[in-house]
Amino acid sequence: MIRQDFNRIDAKRRNVVDYRKKQFADPLYKETQYPHRLNFYATPPTADITLEQFEQWAIDRLRILAELEACSFRNKTPAETAAYMKPLLDKYLPLDANSSSSSQLHSQRQKDHYSHFILRLAFSSTEELRRRFARVETMLFRLRFQTDDSRERAAFIRSLNIEWEPVLEDEKGELSQQLIVTAGFGYGKRAQQVMDEDWYKVDWTRVPDLIEGRKVFVKAGKAYVPGPLQHSIIMNEFTRRLERALELTARALPRLDEDDRLTPILNHLSKNFIAPDSSYSGSATAVEGAEISARNIDNLAQHFPLCMQHLHNTLRRDCHLKHYGRLQYTLFLKGIGLNLEECLIFWRTAFKKISDDTFNKEYRYNVRHAYGDVGGDANRRSGGYSPFSCQKILTEHAPGPGEAHGCPFRHFSMDNLTTLLRSAGVSDRAVLQGIQEDKESQKYHMACNRVFEYLHKTELKRAKEEGIFTAVQLETIVHPNEYFKRSYLLKNMSKQRDVKMEG
Amino acid sequence: MSSPAPTSPLAVEEPKAAMQPDSPKEVQDVEMTDATEAEANTNSERPNDASGVNESKADTLDVKLNTTTKAPPIKLEELFDGFDSDDDEFPTSSQPDEQRQSSPDSGPVISTELLRTFYQRFFPWRYMFQWLNHSPTPTNDFKHREFSLWLPNEAVLRYQSYTSADEFRAEVLRVMPARIEIGPVYTANPKDRKLFRNSTVFRPLAKELCFDIDLTDYDDIRTCCDKAKICIKCWQFITMAIKVLDTALRDDFGFKHILWVYSGRRGAHAWVCDKQARILNDEQRKAITGYFEVLTGGQQSGKRVNLRRPLHPHLSRSLDILKDHFQHDVLEKQDPWSDSDKASVLLNQIPDPSLREALRRKWDSSPGRPSALKWADIDALAQSSASSSLDAKDLLDAKQDIVLEHTYPRLDVGVTQKLNHLLKSPFVVHPGTGRICVPIDTRTQAAFEAFDPLAVPTLPQIVREVDAWEKQQATAANGDGEGRRLQDWEKTSLKPYIEYFRWFVLGLMKDERESGIKREREDDDEDRMIKAEDLEF
Repeated sequence: MIRQDFNRIDAKRRNVVDYRKKQFADPLYKETQYPHRLNFYATPPTADITLEQFEQWAIDRLRILAELEACSFRNKTPAETAAYMKPLLDKYLPLDANSSSSSQLHSQRQKDHYSHFILRLAFSSTEELRRRFARVETMLFRLRFQTDDSRERAAFIRSLNIEWEPVLEDEKGELSQQLIVTAGFGYGKRAQQVMDEDWYKVDWTRVPDLIEGRKVFVKAGKAYVPGPLQHSIIMNEFTRRLERALELTARALPRLDEDDRLTPILNHLSKNFIAPDSSYSGSATAVEGAEISARNIDNLAQHFPLCMQHLHNTLRRDCHLKHYGRLQYTLFLKGIGLNLEECLIFWRTAFKKISDDTFNKEYRYNVRHAYGDVGGDANRRSGGYSPFSCQKILTEHAPGPGEAHGCPFRHFSMDNLTTLLRSAGVSDRAVLQGIQEDKESQKYHMACNRVFEYLHKTELKRAKEEGIFTAVQLETIVHPNEYFKRSYLLKNMSKQRDVKMEG
Repeated sequence: MSSPAPTSPLAVEEPKAAMQPDSPKEVQDVEMTDATEAEANTNSERPNDASGVNESKADTLDVKLNTTTKAPPIKLEELFDGFDSDDDEFPTSSQPDEQRQSSPDSGPVISTELLRTFYQRFFPWRYMFQWLNHSPTPTNDFKHREFSLWLPNEAVLRYQSYTSADEFRAEVLRVMPARIEIGPVYTANPKDRKLFRNSTVFRPLAKELCFDIDLTDYDDIRTCCDKAKICIKCWQFITMAIKVLDTALRDDFGFKHILWVYSGRRGAHAWVCDKQARILNDEQRKAITGYFEVLTGGQQSGKRVNLRRPLHPHLSRSLDILKDHFQHDVLEKQDPWSDSDKASVLLNQIPDPSLREALRRKWDSSPGRPSALKWADIDALAQSSASSSLDAKDLLDAKQDIVLEHTYPRLDVGVTQKLNHLLKSPFVVHPGTGRICVPIDTRTQAAFEAFDPLAVPTLPQIVREVDAWEKQQATAANGDGEGRRLQDWEKTSLKPYIEYFRWFVLGLMKDERESGIKREREDDDEDRMIKAEDLEF
């Protein structure tokens, strides 16, 4: 009755007596070779792996990517990131050079290759996931590229077949005046070094980052890239190819549903990769017991991080804020739990000098849009924008003339910053000195945390002693709303405890 | 054409009634026939002569002018007060979805009439179509292009699209927008966007690379005017900016078809129309804005120009272009450091403390010393005092930074960075000033330096001009034969601007056609060679 109990030959294998008689032969793939340590992931893997490997490899890679992303959110420098990542990489995703004569070379590279493709499947479903995946994968690739052996790296680049055109000697001579001033060539360098360098000409659109920073010379649409900057071309090429491949994967994805073993794993993986900066919605950061209303904002402002305090003061002084200032501040207020109605009241009363009519016409819509009350389907469904993280404030839309948004630690001169700090109650010389050093080494979030620690030092001490704050709550702050939440909790610690004891 | 019921009273007297194409009955009738006739013309006619909107106008024009002159005198400026005040700050960042908040009690009154005249008789429909379409027959470049129309009551109709120049014209005449904006070409017809479920199918494909320069961004360094006001003195900032950008876009990026347009009040827009420019993605557009960014930070950031040395070739070239302007247009005309407060801002940018002190003493002793002399003082004192700590290199760098701060273009980067950003179309009438957003001829330096925004024709002015022209024709000529029938715009001071636009559009179409042919030729190059050999016999 139970047929499968019989030691039956598998139906699919039954007729393999003569391959010519077989209608559809099993595809015979050549075993993938990995001549280079680095990989552009052009060909998908074909060999069989177990389901366990499938899951384990993906999780290992995911861990690495998440850590890398965290590094970038914390504004770590490339050197710090490399130092931080090294032990993790060695543990979860080691990748040795050809010269290391490790016996594990093939299996390491195979794991790297396969795990990349598994995650591709998991993160190609939505535009946002694809963009994030491509970003962190490029970060990982860059990290490895930098640590690669220079000879092996050169061999790898040769294998890529990137279309670039070497600049000939004549042209180098002609343009030496222009080339000598581009990045990598300071005052000390001489024309001879320009001639000795390998220059490549590519369409400027292939190296947008070099153009944006005015690091290369461009002429008639061609960018002249010197040897030391070639990695930028490689990185852009990597991202470009990966983004295109991800889009193709996304299109093929619906057909993958047939395999009901993989889909749950993939879904699970992508869920673990949710965006940290979009997790800040009203309820997550709202503080219990605080009265969050339009008229209480002035009171609460003492708990705001410097960027928001500056916006608040500017608003009170000018009775107006420019667009990005309004956006940054509105979203922050939304994040601390101010509801739309109160937010509209707040802005209306703040803009004293304008008429109701002008307010309704020019500003109301934007506030409602930020809350997801109006706008396209996508905007309404997702409840508007999420509050800006430090990362976003630091990197996007640097303030222009008359604008007050951005991060004071980054966008203020030291003199102006000192004035602002003093007005916020930071006058300790050592702290100011530390802030200046942080600012100079571009660790703006460290400077901000320094201010936080200074302003809350007694409360923090108590909180640590009494173990009220968990380790997570003592980590570096990387979001303005987190700053507010902690500040508020610390300053009201005693009150809350009283409430608790009574209850 | 659907003719709206002419029920409302005279539009000019009743502000609220002027929202839609309601107008006095007789004028309405005359104009509707006029319009239909004109359409018939555009449909049925010689392809290269762009006439079409002008048969049998002489008699109808008087009717129209009468209605406008009979009307109580209302100043255009007052009617549109506040209408455009928000658009310059962030044109579409709010992305109004179909309808913005509207208030019924503001909006244009008289202009519906004037505007209709404008759209019927002066707006260069054909060239606008050719400009966006890149070929004489309608392609998806035009058919899938988003237009958005700003209604008199400040609602915005977004995602409009048209299949031909005639439909475009007819729709605009029906809606009578106070302003037309142009968006990107989409993958599908923007009107059908709701049919597509996910965003990957319906997305923007191409748009001209645009730049927006606005004089309000120069408020901290211009002394002659502020806010919305401009004069020929501060217009020079725009002239400098255009020079620098135009040169860089041509020499560095290799673009050829760059159209500069006066924005109607206090700024200028650039439309880079080359094929390579149109297909740039957001990242590449952002890279270009970074390339052009010199001024960083708001007022709090102290020194706002911090450039890496040695200067990038683009910057040293720009500095060469800007040097003379700095001397004439900034030091002499703007006199930015005449009072002592502003002079101390300048002093703070001087790197050497002893030199700074010497300058401060000198300037305090002679209050009101003109900026040009103060600027010269810096070098004079630096040489004479020969302070031991003075680093000539530092001083030169600081001076270069100051020159750039006062002359280098200041861009509204949002317009450039986003592929799907809308920008006001050329040739619409600015509602605040009544001026027409004309292109600026950059073919010769002399012509473009002479451009005077205050001399740009206004809508009432060209209507008067065409009227005067007709009168003069009637009295003077009499039967000296049928010459070429002139377009209405050719009878006014709008003529040179439209002629320049035509020249620009023809050049663009020619290039576009040639690149198309070249591609085909590459395909069948081999056949051709064989044929040529055959012919040798």
